[in-house]
Amino acid sequence: MSLLTLSDVKISYGGIQAVKGINISVAEGELVTLIGANGAGKTTTLKAISGMLKPYTGRITYDGKEIAGKPAHEIAQMGLALVPEGRGVFPGLTIEENLLMGAYHRRDKVAIAQDIEVAYTRFPRLKERAKQTAGTLSGGEQQMLAISRALMSRPKMLLLDEPSMGLAPIMVQKIFEVVREVAAQGMTILLIEQNAKLALQVSHRAYVMDGGLVSFEGRSADLLHDPRVREAYLGEAA
Amino acid sequence: MDVFLQQLINGLTLGCVYAVVALGYTMVYGIIQLINFAHGEVVMIGAMVAFSVIVALNGSGVPPPLIVALGVLAAIPICMAVGYSVEKVAYRPLRNAPRLAPLITAIGVSIILQHVALLIWGRNYISFPQIIPNETYHLTSSATSATITNIQIAIIVLSIAMMVGLVLLVYKTRIGIAMRAVSQRPDVAGLMGISSNNVISFTFVIGAGLGAIAGVMIGSYYGIAHYQMGFMLGLKAFCAAVLGGIGNLAGAVLGGILIGLIEAFGAGYMGDLTNVCTLDKFLPGFTALCEANNNMAVFGSSYKDVFAFIVLILVLVFRPQGLLGERVADRA
Repeated sequence: MSLLTLSDVKISYGGIQAVKGINISVAEGELVTLIGANGAGKTTTLKAISGMLKPYTGRITYDGKEIAGKPAHEIAQMGLALVPEGRGVFPGLTIEENLLMGAYHRRDKVAIAQDIEVAYTRFPRLKERAKQTAGTLSGGEQQMLAISRALMSRPKMLLLDEPSMGLAPIMVQKIFEVVREVAAQGMTILLIEQNAKLALQVSHRAYVMDGGLVSFEGRSADLLHDPRVREAYLGEAA
Repeated sequence: MDVFLQQLINGLTLGCVYAVVALGYTMVYGIIQLINFAHGEVVMIGAMVAFSVIVALNGSGVPPPLIVALGVLAAIPICMAVGYSVEKVAYRPLRNAPRLAPLITAIGVSIILQHVALLIWGRNYISFPQIIPNETYHLTSSATSATITNIQIAIIVLSIAMMVGLVLLVYKTRIGIAMRAVSQRPDVAGLMGISSNNVISFTFVIGAGLGAIAGVMIGSYYGIAHYQMGFMLGLKAFCAAVLGGIGNLAGAVLGGILIGLIEAFGAGYMGDLTNVCTLDKFLPGFTALCEANNNMAVFGSSYKDVFAFIVLILVLVFRPQGLLGERVADRA
């Protein structure tokens, strides 16, 4: 059964129609990726799902409920967590406070403390710097924090916006290991990524966006070998 | 030396009140970058409500300290309700408007609140009932030494307690961390399931609660209340917040205490320093006049109100980010 469905969603952003009617669905437990060039409408789509933007038409159904146009904090409380583009850590809050904010709508103090330990085990770097403000972290460390913070809400579904952006290759590897690990535990994930090859390697299915529309979709393994995708997004000759 | 010590005590007392009021300005600025010019009026309403309760209960057999406490306990929720409503009705609809719009609205709200108070409590100065007898303590055994009153002690102790409480709230509690999160990245705070509107309302409510207590303190200290008392007090507290670095809690406290001290010392020494008779050597023309009256001060202590604004101008010229503020790009 599909956990998240977008049907005929159109979104305007800054006076431009950035998304021109797309249909996307993500089933429970699936890792789906959305790839495409800069300006294809990927981030805009994710912002609309998470409530940061309101689509002007179309339906977004999550867990059986219509969420299009609901405020971001209500959508977050329904178990849909977004790791925003550029990571969006709270720069003046410590690592620990950032993680606590991820668990803002939870009341189970003991379990929250346990989840913080889980995050620290996953990324020991964060534990070393627990009392430092997030603004002092490197880009890669901020991404670790942003993902850990999103997981603190114990979401049903995770939306990741360009987790590899601006990171050193070794850090990208580490982040994608964690994405794989979280997916293997059964988390439903919608991943936006410019590194199309990497994204297709980790995901089950993929949508390719171009100029605000979905131009291809299919199993990631198939798209990896599709000559059109290879030429346009993987930088290889067909 | 006694004048110095006396003005130090007076300045510290006044500075504590300014600091508590400045915290209300700086908290709101920190979270939505709005100078809430109506905050001074919230302080005034706090004083007025407490005044009404104290007058109503005076002589009813209730012990005086309890009456004052009831006055404060009535002022706090009423001011909180005013702060909450002002944000919801006047500022929230303008959340995404250009910054000048809420600023002008704040001045409008300030005028409205003054006139509501005028309708309820009248235009005259109201003498704040001193139902707890004023006790004066000399700091040394000398009868001419500097003094401190029980009211001054109460103001200083209560202010420090409120400042400590606020710091604990903002740095140690879940809602406090959320306040800082919203002030840093309001868009991302929503993704955490934090309702920015609720957090902003909470900030106004806490600021108004502090303002209510500040109003009762200043009313008790000067012994008078007036529907326009919040105007000058609010402006001075605003100067204090800017001096410390607006948006910065420690800055508001530091700025408030400094403004209080500068004002007290200014008022205490201005007369002596501008007395033309002490300048006789340089200006011999005054000799004849000074024989009749050797106190010919050009500026007296009634000019005390100018100091906060002189400080404001100096800060804006030489250190616009304030003493503890960091220079940051305007977020607009």
